[in-house]
Amino acid sequence: MSQSPAFVLNVLETPEDPEGQEPSPYDESEVHDSFHQLIQEQSRWVAEEGLELQQRQPETGALGASGSDHETMLGPEGAPVYSMATLRILASMPSRTIGRSRGAIISQYYSRTVKLRRRAGRPQLRDMGRSARPSLRLYDLELDSAVLEEEEKRGLLVKELQGLTAAQRDHMLRGMPLSLAEKRCLRSESRPPRGKHRAQRHRGLLSCCDQLRDSCVLASHNLGLALLSGLQALMPWHYALKRIGGRFGSSVLSYFLFLKTLLAFNTLLLLPLLAFIVGVQAAFPPAPTGPVPAFTGLELLTGGGYLTHSVMYYGYYSNATLNQPCASPLDGSQCTPEAGSLPYSMPLAYLFTLGAAFFITCITLVYSMSRSFGESYRVGSTSGVHAITVFCSWDYKVTQRWATRLQHDNIRTQLKELLAEWQSRQHRRSACGQLRRVAVLGLVWLLCLGTTLGCTLAVYTFSELMIKSPVSAEREAVLLLLPLVVCLLNLGGPYLFRILAALERHDSPVLEVYVAICRNLILKMVTLGILCYHWLGRRVGTLKDQCWENFVGQELYRLMVMDFIFTLLDTLLGELVWRLFSEKQLKRKGKPEFDIAGNVLELIYGQTLTWLGVLFSPLLPAMQIIKLLLLFYIKKASLMANCQAPRRPWKASHMSTVFISLLCFPSFLGAAVFLCYAVWQVKPSSTCGPFRTLDTMYEAGKVWVRRLEKAGPRVSWLPWIHRYLVEDTFPIYLVSALLLAVIYLNIQVVKGQRKVICLLKEQISNEGEDKIFLINKLQRVYERKEKSREAGQSQELSVLTSGANLGPVFSVKCGRGP
Amino acid sequence: MGGSGSRLSKELLAEYQGSTLTGSLPSARAHRRFCELLPQEHRSVEESLQARVSLEQILSLPELKANPFKERICKVFSTSPSRDSLSFEDFLDLLSVFSDTATPDIKSHYAFRIFDFDDDGTLNREDLSQLVNCLTGESEDTRLSASEMKQLIDNILEESDIDRDGTINLSEFQHVISRSPDFASSFKIVL
Repeated sequence: MSQSPAFVLNVLETPEDPEGQEPSPYDESEVHDSFHQLIQEQSRWVAEEGLELQQRQPETGALGASGSDHETMLGPEGAPVYSMATLRILASMPSRTIGRSRGAIISQYYSRTVKLRRRAGRPQLRDMGRSARPSLRLYDLELDSAVLEEEEKRGLLVKELQGLTAAQRDHMLRGMPLSLAEKRCLRSESRPPRGKHRAQRHRGLLSCCDQLRDSCVLASHNLGLALLSGLQALMPWHYALKRIGGRFGSSVLSYFLFLKTLLAFNTLLLLPLLAFIVGVQAAFPPAPTGPVPAFTGLELLTGGGYLTHSVMYYGYYSNATLNQPCASPLDGSQCTPEAGSLPYSMPLAYLFTLGAAFFITCITLVYSMSRSFGESYRVGSTSGVHAITVFCSWDYKVTQRWATRLQHDNIRTQLKELLAEWQSRQHRRSACGQLRRVAVLGLVWLLCLGTTLGCTLAVYTFSELMIKSPVSAEREAVLLLLPLVVCLLNLGGPYLFRILAALERHDSPVLEVYVAICRNLILKMVTLGILCYHWLGRRVGTLKDQCWENFVGQELYRLMVMDFIFTLLDTLLGELVWRLFSEKQLKRKGKPEFDIAGNVLELIYGQTLTWLGVLFSPLLPAMQIIKLLLLFYIKKASLMANCQAPRRPWKASHMSTVFISLLCFPSFLGAAVFLCYAVWQVKPSSTCGPFRTLDTMYEAGKVWVRRLEKAGPRVSWLPWIHRYLVEDTFPIYLVSALLLAVIYLNIQVVKGQRKVICLLKEQISNEGEDKIFLINKLQRVYERKEKSREAGQSQELSVLTSGANLGPVFSVKCGRGP
Repeated sequence: MGGSGSRLSKELLAEYQGSTLTGSLPSARAHRRFCELLPQEHRSVEESLQARVSLEQILSLPELKANPFKERICKVFSTSPSRDSLSFEDFLDLLSVFSDTATPDIKSHYAFRIFDFDDDGTLNREDLSQLVNCLTGESEDTRLSASEMKQLIDNILEESDIDRDGTINLSEFQHVISRSPDFASSFKIVL
C-alpha cells in the first residue's frame, strides 16, 4: 500500500499483518509498564525524526476527527479503531497484563505480601511527577527512570516472603496463580537458610513462641491432611459419586450427597443410644413378663409379635437402677456396695441420652445449615444472570459424550429462556394479563390446599375407624392398613399437584420447583401432624392399661417399612416401567427425568419419622441407616439405567441449602416439638417402660435433682442451674432478644454493603470514561504525528519527484489534513 | 499401572503435596495416569518427570475428551514454547487448579485465561461469542442466531463491564464469578 521511499528508514514498528502486532501474551519479557514507555518513545522520535511506517487505516466515514474530545474514529462496524502504537500501549495496560503476564502476577503478589507485613492499608503513593496517575492496581509504581525488571521484582518478592512466618508463606504461595515449578522455586528460595536460626534464637522468647506456634500449625495441618486423605480412602462411594457426577451433573449429585449427610446424622444419633441405652439393657435383660410369641415373618412388616419384647421398643426397658448392689434394704440401713459394681439408673440414662443426642443433632443441623447458607448466598447474586450463566454454568465434571451433549442442550435452552424472559420484562404485561395470571395462581393453590385437606380428613377418618375396631393378636396384618393409606396418599398427592401445576405458568422455572416442593411438604407435614394427634391424643386414652408407647413405636416402624416399600414401587413404576412404556409404546426417545425434589422430600419424610419415633423405639435409627444404604444402591441403579438429568436449571448450592433448611425447620423442629410434648405433658403408661411409676417422663430428672439437693452442698450448683436456668423462663427471653439484635445488626450491615457496592460501581465507570478519554487523546497524538511526518515526507518527495506520477497519491495524502 | 520403578519417591510426593495445597490431590494417581500416556520404554520415574506428552494424547484422557474447552485448557497449562505439549508438572498444575482445594481466586484466574481465546488479556466480543458457541454445541443448528448472540453479549457486557470499555478484564470477571457460589464446585475435574 505505502510506497517506500529511497532513504534509510528507522523503522520502529514492523509493517506486517495486524495479527502479529500485538505482543504475544506469553512473551514473558512483556512486563507491565506505565506511560513511562510512551514518553520515552516520544522523546526518542522527536530526537531522531525517523520515519514510522504504519498500517494504513481503513477508510473511515465522515467523522473528521476534530478537536472534540469525545469523538472517536469509528471503523466499519462502529468499533473504535486505534493505531498500532495505541494498541501496543493498550496491551501493556495493567488491567490487561494481570490476566496473562507472569511479571504482573509476581508484582501484584509482591505488593500483597508487603501489605501483609506492614499491615498498612494502602501502599504509599510516591511522588507522581509528570506521568499520568496510576490505574486501579495496587502497584508500587516505580516512576523513577529505573524500571524494575521481572527478575528484580522476583527478588523483592522472595525477600518479602522470607520475612513471613512459615504458615503465612505457605498460604501466600498457595494463593498464587503461578505454575508448580515457579512456586517450588519461590518456596525453596524463601526458606530461611540454616545459619539464620542461630541469629533468630537471640531474639528471645517471642521468637520461640512464634516458632512453636508455627510448628504446631504445620503439624496440625499435616495431621488434618493425613486424616482427610485417610477418610477419603475409607469412603466407599467415591467412585460411585464420581460416575454419577460425570454422567448426570451436579444437581443429581446433590441428592446423593444429601443422602450421605442423612447417613451421618443417623449415625450421630445412633451411637450414644447404642452405648448408653441399648447396650446396657441388653447386658442386663429384665425378667420376662409373659410367654414370648413365636417368630413369624410378619414381624418384619408390623414390628409386633416377637419383636415387642426386645430391645427394639420402649417397653422392654426397666425402670429400676441396674446393677444395684443390694436388692432392697431390709432394715432401712444403708447396704454396703459390693466391690466393682456401678449403679446405673435406667430412666435417667434414657432421658438424658435422648436429650443429649437430640441436642447434638440440633447443633450440628443448625451449624451445617448456616454454613451452607453462607456459602450459597451472595450479595447481589440475583443480578447479572446472563454473565453468570455463561461463565459459571458449564459443569467440568461431566465426562460422557452424551451427557455433554445434554449439557449443551440445557445451556442453550437456559440461555434462550433468559433472553426471552429479559425481552418480556422489557415489555410490561397488560393489567388484564396480570389479573388473569393471579386468578389462575389462586385457583391452583386453592385446589392443592383442598386436596391436602381431603387427604387429611381421609387419614383422620381412617384412624378413628381403626380405634373403633380393636384388632386381636391374630389379625395383626390389619394394622398395616393405616400406613398403607397414608403412603398411598403421599404417593398420589404429588402426581396430582404436578397435573394441577401444568395449568399455571410461572415466569421463572426455579419458582415452579420451589412451589412444587412447598405443596408436597405441606401435604406430608399435615398428614404427619394428624397422625401425631392420633397417637398422643387418642391412643393414649384408649390404650390406658396397655403399653401405648410400644404401640406408637410399632406404628412408626410400620410407617417406615411401608414408606420404603412404596419408594421401591415408585422407583420401579415411575422410572423403569415408564421408560419401557415410553420407548416401546409412545416411541419417545427421551428417558424420564430424575425427580430430584420429590426424592429429597421422601428422604426428609423418612428422617422425620425416625426422629419422631426414637423416643419409643431406640433402634429406629439403625433401621433408617439400613434403609438409606439400600436406597443408595437402588436409586443409583435405577438412575443409571432409566433416567436422564433434569432439564431445568438447578443451582446445586442453592438446592443444598434449601434441603438442609427443610430438614431443620419443618422436620427436626416438628419432631422436637412432638418429643417435648411427649416428655413433658403425657403420662407414661404404668405397666411398661422406664418411667412407669411417674407422672411424666420429665419427672425422672426432677426427682434426681431433688435427690442431689439432699445429697449435700458439694453438688448444689447443679440444682441451682436447674432451678434458675432451666425452669425459669427469663433466660430464654434474654437469649432470644440477643439473637434478634444480632440478626438485625447483620441485616443492616448487608444493606450498607449494598450501598457501598453501588457507589464503587459508579466510581469505576467514571474511571473507565477517564481511560477512554485518555486513549482517544493518545490516539490523536499519534495521528497528528503521523500526519505531520507524512506531510513532511510528501513535501520532500514532491520536491524530488516533481512531475512524476506519484503526485495524485501524495496529493490525496496531503489533502487528508488534520 | 507401573511397577515399583515408576512410583514416585516419597520426598517428591511430599514436595508436590506441599505446593499443591493438599493431600487430597492424588499425586501418585496422577503420576500413574501420566505414565500411561507415555510410550512403554519411557515410563521410569526420571524420564517421566522430564518427558512431555503431546496435546493429542492429553486430549484423549476420558476426563477431558468431551470437554468443549479441552484445547484451551491444554494450551493454558502448557509451558512449552510452541504450547503443544505438557510435562508432568504441567499436568499436576492442571489437576491442582481443577481440584477441590484450589482457592476460588486461582480457579477464576485460570478460567479467565481459558476463556480468553485470543490471549490478549481481556474478553472482548469475539471471545465472548466463541465462548457461547463452545457452550451451546458444535454443530450449526445448535448455535444461537446472530441477533440472539448480539443481544446476549450486550447483556453480558451490560452486567459485567463495570468500567464501560467494551471488554471484560480479569477483575470484572472475578467480580462476576464471586457472585456465583456454584462456580467452585462446577470448575472441578476429578481424576
